[in-house]
Amino acid sequence: MDSLFYLFQGFATAIEPANLIYAAVGVIIGTAVGVLPGIGPALTVALLLPVTFKLDPGGSIIMFAGIYYGGMYGGSTTAILLNTPGESASVVTALEGNKMARSGRGGPALATAAIGSFVAALIATIGLAFLAPMLVKVAVKFGPWDYFGLMLIAFVTVSATFGSSPLRGLTSLAFGLWLGLMGIDQLTGQARLTFGVPELLDGVEVTTLAVGLFAIGEALIVASRHLYKPEKPIPVKGSIWMSKDDWKRSWKPWLRGTVIGFPIGALPAGGAEIPTFLSYNVERKLSDKPEEFGHGAIEGVAGPEAANNASAAGTLVPLLTLGLPTSATAAVMLAGFQQYNIQPGPLLFTQHADLVWGLVASLFIANVMLLVLNLPLVGLWVRLLKIPLPWLYAGILVFASMGTIAANPSVVELLLLTGFGVIGFFMRKFDYPIAPAVVGLILGPLADSALRRSMQMSLGDPMILFQHWSSAIMIGIAVIALVAPFLFRGLSRFQQDED
Amino acid sequence: MTSKTLSVANRPVAVVAIILLAIAVITYWDASHMKVRASYGMSASAASYFVAILFAALAIGHLVSAFRPRDVEAEVTDWKAVSWIGLGLAGLIGSIWLGGGFILGSTLLFALTARAFGNKTIIKDLCLGAIIGVIIFLMFNKLLTLALPQGPLERLF
Repeated sequence: MDSLFYLFQGFATAIEPANLIYAAVGVIIGTAVGVLPGIGPALTVALLLPVTFKLDPGGSIIMFAGIYYGGMYGGSTTAILLNTPGESASVVTALEGNKMARSGRGGPALATAAIGSFVAALIATIGLAFLAPMLVKVAVKFGPWDYFGLMLIAFVTVSATFGSSPLRGLTSLAFGLWLGLMGIDQLTGQARLTFGVPELLDGVEVTTLAVGLFAIGEALIVASRHLYKPEKPIPVKGSIWMSKDDWKRSWKPWLRGTVIGFPIGALPAGGAEIPTFLSYNVERKLSDKPEEFGHGAIEGVAGPEAANNASAAGTLVPLLTLGLPTSATAAVMLAGFQQYNIQPGPLLFTQHADLVWGLVASLFIANVMLLVLNLPLVGLWVRLLKIPLPWLYAGILVFASMGTIAANPSVVELLLLTGFGVIGFFMRKFDYPIAPAVVGLILGPLADSALRRSMQMSLGDPMILFQHWSSAIMIGIAVIALVAPFLFRGLSRFQQDED
Repeated sequence: MTSKTLSVANRPVAVVAIILLAIAVITYWDASHMKVRASYGMSASAASYFVAILFAALAIGHLVSAFRPRDVEAEVTDWKAVSWIGLGLAGLIGSIWLGGGFILGSTLLFALTARAFGNKTIIKDLCLGAIIGVIIFLMFNKLLTLALPQGPLERLF
């Protein structure tokens, strides 16, 4: 029952006017980027990191979480009205949602997506509030060897599931690990891979890498492929409210989507895409009218939309309790915590209890705000799609470079940003995933120090990693996850898209 | 009849393999020049050696797959658009390097990026870029006290 007590305290933090404003700004930006095709929550949080590093840590993190939740809501609007999903997590929504909109049922499609997202996020956030403290109780017993094992799992799963081949995923990861080596080693004070450039002594900023790879790389690839053909959204005709029958057909998919999305979101490299596909298939199997699927079945919108919001809350469980990012957005949010010298993990719940519980409570509030923003105001968001894409991307580039030089006013930083942008472009062009590089840069130094701390405690004996059953099991899982895709080439692997 | 000669079927992958190998060598070389050793446990160079080995292994993996037919179909790339954006970024970097300031640089970046995406209205884009640059500069330098690089234009405010 401690959770309830802390949660009430968290609400006291969350309803402070400043935090309410942060939450509101977060959900508004989140919905906007969710609606706009091409920019996702990961990129947006990365863009905002340098801008927010002088602001209040608690408030900024509340805003980032609001962006994450908002992106999941907003993505459905574009998927339904435009048939171009704004987010990779709403690809499935477009299947049925767009058909509904074409047959004049866009209103109920938007409504079931928004209410389903609300129900799912509500339940999943309650799950987060109760599951996180339990995980923390386990995690405080973790030694450095356990953390090393955990990070190995994160490395392998992230690079094996993102992208089209494990080789490419691992290459992206290695790039991130390599960048993580740069700078002064914290234990011995030696410079690693700085090539005599003084600006590199502090290491590579996560934000520079993330903004370069996501924002500039994305702009380059969109421009080079002419992916900016204007599309007209389908106007919403008739009532936006759901009929009695719609409600009857929607509530079960909402709950099932939540049950599928939350645990998968919490798994390493689970992400939001896999649960949406699973939920869609489950609903098609269980539906009384399977013949409607493919022609605008409301269950096919309700389930996946609930699943992607539940998975966003699920992602926060390992992020807050273990410091383990399981999605691209979570990886960038981890960088957000780090810029305030806050390290997510079990200690977060004791050292920054007010911040964590304030964040969890804010998620409930943000969720209510999102329902209000998305249902009655949907017409407003659709207007965003009228911004000409040349200006949108030009604005993104200006903002991206502005954030980088504001945080670190040097030409070297801008050159790095441009370099990462070019690398991001080629990575996209040749189908290398982006997220493992960011995860590698964030977790690489942490894994390095966890391993070295273990070795110091064992006086240099590497067997310490296997003498503890917990770390031995985790390293075992990591090895299996690494080898399996190479052994079973025919194995149909889950692929994750990133945004 | 096709003659079976050993040919690189997938040239980009072969290039990646060479880059990876080069990084492996650089990393190994850098690690071997680190003098301070830990009295017990692992030295700071151990992680570098590990990453160097990882890169070498990935390079071999790429080399092997370079002889297989490509599985990613080549897409048409509009290099002109890419170079417009490159020019925009170069404009920003040059403007800050030479002391032209943030507003001038971001105006160039905005207009040239818009050009890359097919906008032909360069005057309109320049004006809009300048307006956005001024707004961002005022917001961030005055409100958030983040120091953006200043040039002659910025000192007017």
